[in-house]
Amino acid sequence: MKLPYFPGCTLKTDAKHFEDSAMKVMEKLGSPLIEMEDWICCGTVFSMTSDDLMLQLAAIRNLLRAEKQNLDELIVLCSMCYNTLKRAHQFITEDEENLQKVNDIMYKEDIEYTGDVEIRHLLNILKDRISFDTIKEKTQRSLESLEIGAYYGCLLLRPEEMAIDTFEDPDIIEDLLASTGAKPIKFPYRLECCGAYQTVNNKEVTISRTYEIINSARKAGCQAVVTSCPLCAFNLDQRQRETAREYLDFKEMPIFYFTELLSIALGCGWDENWNNLHYVDPMPILKERDLI
Amino acid sequence: MPVRLNRKSIRNKLVKKIEEISGQNVFQCYQCGNCTSGCPVVDYMDIPPNQVMRLTQLGEAEKILKSDTIWVCATCLQCSSRCPKGIDVAKVMEAFRAINLRNRDGILKPDKSDIEDIDELPPIALVSVFRKITG
Repeated sequence: MKLPYFPGCTLKTDAKHFEDSAMKVMEKLGSPLIEMEDWICCGTVFSMTSDDLMLQLAAIRNLLRAEKQNLDELIVLCSMCYNTLKRAHQFITEDEENLQKVNDIMYKEDIEYTGDVEIRHLLNILKDRISFDTIKEKTQRSLESLEIGAYYGCLLLRPEEMAIDTFEDPDIIEDLLASTGAKPIKFPYRLECCGAYQTVNNKEVTISRTYEIINSARKAGCQAVVTSCPLCAFNLDQRQRETAREYLDFKEMPIFYFTELLSIALGCGWDENWNNLHYVDPMPILKERDLI
Repeated sequence: MPVRLNRKSIRNKLVKKIEEISGQNVFQCYQCGNCTSGCPVVDYMDIPPNQVMRLTQLGEAEKILKSDTIWVCATCLQCSSRCPKGIDVAKVMEAFRAINLRNRDGILKPDKSDIEDIDELPPIALVSVFRKITG
């Protein structure tokens, strides 16, 4: 079973290790991800204005192109792409007039968007189609003894109708980690915002968020944190450099994408090229726990 | 800070525009403060989210338009998800930003000199900031 896949801008650059590891893992599980053709940036943030359709175009154009390629679903890895594409799809399909207007604007595309493309997150595919029991069976290298916190952030869960799991108390990433033998720990700040794009012009906001979130994970007993969002990963990982400068009691903690750990567990290994994309060196903890 | 109320200033043109863009009825808010207590970045705001709602109800929306609050909001939707009246507070914030951006009054110019570590930032951060606060 091949899965049509939408990468998004950052998975081709700063989060290349997220894409690589997901590709390896899905290949191993017998459902390879096949990148859709002709995709463009989804816009990264959903526009919440009700009267400006232009701001929905980037996302809708991707859906239209998926439909043109006879795809009835798109699998997304990045939390922001997931939220933007899914909300744009909902916004446009719940009002026929809006749908028609958007199609009129995109008259140069060969077909019209009818609203038949479903957006799904890889985590939902792993849970519902592959099943965590299968992952448990196929685990070759148990992540036993790794105390790890799942950081959901905002966009996998809010608004409620977009949520990949129960939006106030999700278990999906914890269950996935548990199926690989790891010991997931629910820490208090796992659903809190990391400051998102404030990292560009209001860095102190994200630095204080990173401090709070990582400390919350540490106090709960986590050795590392996993995420599914490249912007959260940047703020929680790369911004630890500034956080350590700002807060003298701060201790660094490695941040992973959930697919990187799955790659180790399922025997697809660890690619050394991934090291360069991490700020906090993941090697010490992986070596110490005998995972590579 | 005294606020003088009269029939004209309540639900003035700007407030109506906010309601139109956001699709929310700001008069539903009864000031429970859940939005403010859940907001992860409220420490950096000059007007907390519940006061944004209250000032808008009182016709003082102009103050919000000039506040730091609307630019500090990172649209995490915590306020919207916790509002017992079902108001999408984040949409109200977005409406204030939108009015500024439509007047070319964003707070960040997409200029290299304005962003100190532009070479290190991932595309996802730049695209979102350009869409949310640049105009």
